Amino acid sequence: MNASPFATSARTATNRRVESVGKTVLAGVTALLILPLTAILGLLVIRGAPALSMEFLLEAPTAGMTAGGVFPAIVGTLWLVGVSLAVSAPVGIMAGIYLNEYAKANWLTRMVNLAIVNLAGVPSIVHALFGVGVFVLFLGLGTSILSASLTLAIMTLPVIIASTKEALAAVPMAFREACWTLGATRWQTIRHVVLPNSISGILTGVILQVSRAAGETAPIMFTGAAFYLPFLPQSVQDQCMALSMHLFTVSTQVPNVPEAIPYATALVLLSVVLLVNMFAIAFRTYLRRNRKW
Amino acid sequence: MVSASPMIEVENLSVNYAGKPALDQLTLDVRRNEILAVIGPANSGKTTLLNCINRMIETIPSASVSGTVKVDGHNVAEYRDPSLLRRRIGMVFPLPVGLPMTVYENVTFAPRMAGEKDRTVLDETVQRCLKQSALWDEVKDRLDDLGTRLSGGQQQRLTIARALSLNPEILCLDEFSIAVDPVTTMKIEEVLKELNENMTIVVVTNLVLQAKRLAHRTALLLRGKLVEVGDNEVIFSRQTADARTFQYVQGLFG
Repeated sequence: MNASPFATSARTATNRRVESVGKTVLAGVTALLILPLTAILGLLVIRGAPALSMEFLLEAPTAGMTAGGVFPAIVGTLWLVGVSLAVSAPVGIMAGIYLNEYAKANWLTRMVNLAIVNLAGVPSIVHALFGVGVFVLFLGLGTSILSASLTLAIMTLPVIIASTKEALAAVPMAFREACWTLGATRWQTIRHVVLPNSISGILTGVILQVSRAAGETAPIMFTGAAFYLPFLPQSVQDQCMALSMHLFTVSTQVPNVPEAIPYATALVLLSVVLLVNMFAIAFRTYLRRNRKW
Repeated sequence: MVSASPMIEVENLSVNYAGKPALDQLTLDVRRNEILAVIGPANSGKTTLLNCINRMIETIPSASVSGTVKVDGHNVAEYRDPSLLRRRIGMVFPLPVGLPMTVYENVTFAPRMAGEKDRTVLDETVQRCLKQSALWDEVKDRLDDLGTRLSGGQQQRLTIARALSLNPEILCLDEFSIAVDPVTTMKIEEVLKELNENMTIVVVTNLVLQAKRLAHRTALLLRGKLVEVGDNEVIFSRQTADARTFQYVQGLFG
């Protein structure tokens, strides 16, 4: 009698063992990753909770930063993130569209792409110096929300361009060819087929830059963020406070700050980023409905 | 007499892909209201020929083209906007590409891009094209489904419906039956014969029998050169002008 073709051989047993070991290792690494994240978040909540209150969210710092709240910093961070993304998102997305859809594959395009990849790796303090040199001094914008936001925009641009290009490249070439064959122009093809099917990937790139723009301290420190301001910014020409900057100030620059205040500030910063991202994600989900191929 | 002139005139057409020749000094006419089949083994330049007719060749960066192609007496290179040319030529690819939108939007895509906004006109277009491509009965209740959800054979007929949506004077099909079952293939062939009454049709095919069934004339390409073009009665007989035609048609090529 022949052996059943479905009988277990040594080979399949080995395969099964490798499979289960591999799965366990990958799951373990993932768990290891989650551990420090939850630890950080837990620490922030536990240490920051004593300082958290409605007053903390809605009042300005008092008593030389050792009491009061972070309201001006929240407002300042929203200004900075808003203005910087209002500049970098459209510019970055348009540049990404040009580079992926229109630019010919020649040495100039390759140089530009190389420059973008390298720019994405430039440390933020270098962007800060660039911002001081160009926006604050050369263009005479002074230390202002505008200077700080433009500096942040320069910092986030390369990543937005790169992620836009990647999202566009993920749309099958065959869709474009089908459109062109039907007499659609390049722009019609982009507008009606390529963009609707890549917008969620493009927005993911933008969303990731929200946290970066909100979190970086160096680029705004010399260009528009203030240690302490007794008033809220009225326009982009004013300076502003910012949560990241405030966190830096209360944790290192001011003596006798109650321990809970820096932790609570960090928690508020995280929450603001999360909140902004949630709006963006909701918008993305709205755009993505019914899009499948 | 304009109407007596050929619908498509290809003259001394040569195409290189990054220096590698694909078409070599090809000269070929397609007559008005005929079905011309183009046969030949892989890499003989059949698809390249179609790409030159609607100038899609320009979207391939490595391609360089010399020679002229005239459609309806006008050199295609003289169109300042290639989309105006492409609207006159329906094109069907080997593998169906349903655009990621509904069946209705798929069929009306070309007219909408050409500026048609009138809903009743678009409705009529959808009905006419889906009937012409023998798809109407199967999808008339699914017009708002995604085109990509249809079966492979239905998607191929959807691409044919789409290609017909602007009432093109010329319809080019590149191995349309490669992803389609034999029954659907026969359905499409019947459709093509009907459409042929007021349309010039070019069919690139690997199926010699399909060329014999469908076409009035057949052209054999080999490594970018035209071996022979002639009426099907000649091409599929023993009296071919070139011995290679007889061998290829009989499957004796080697």
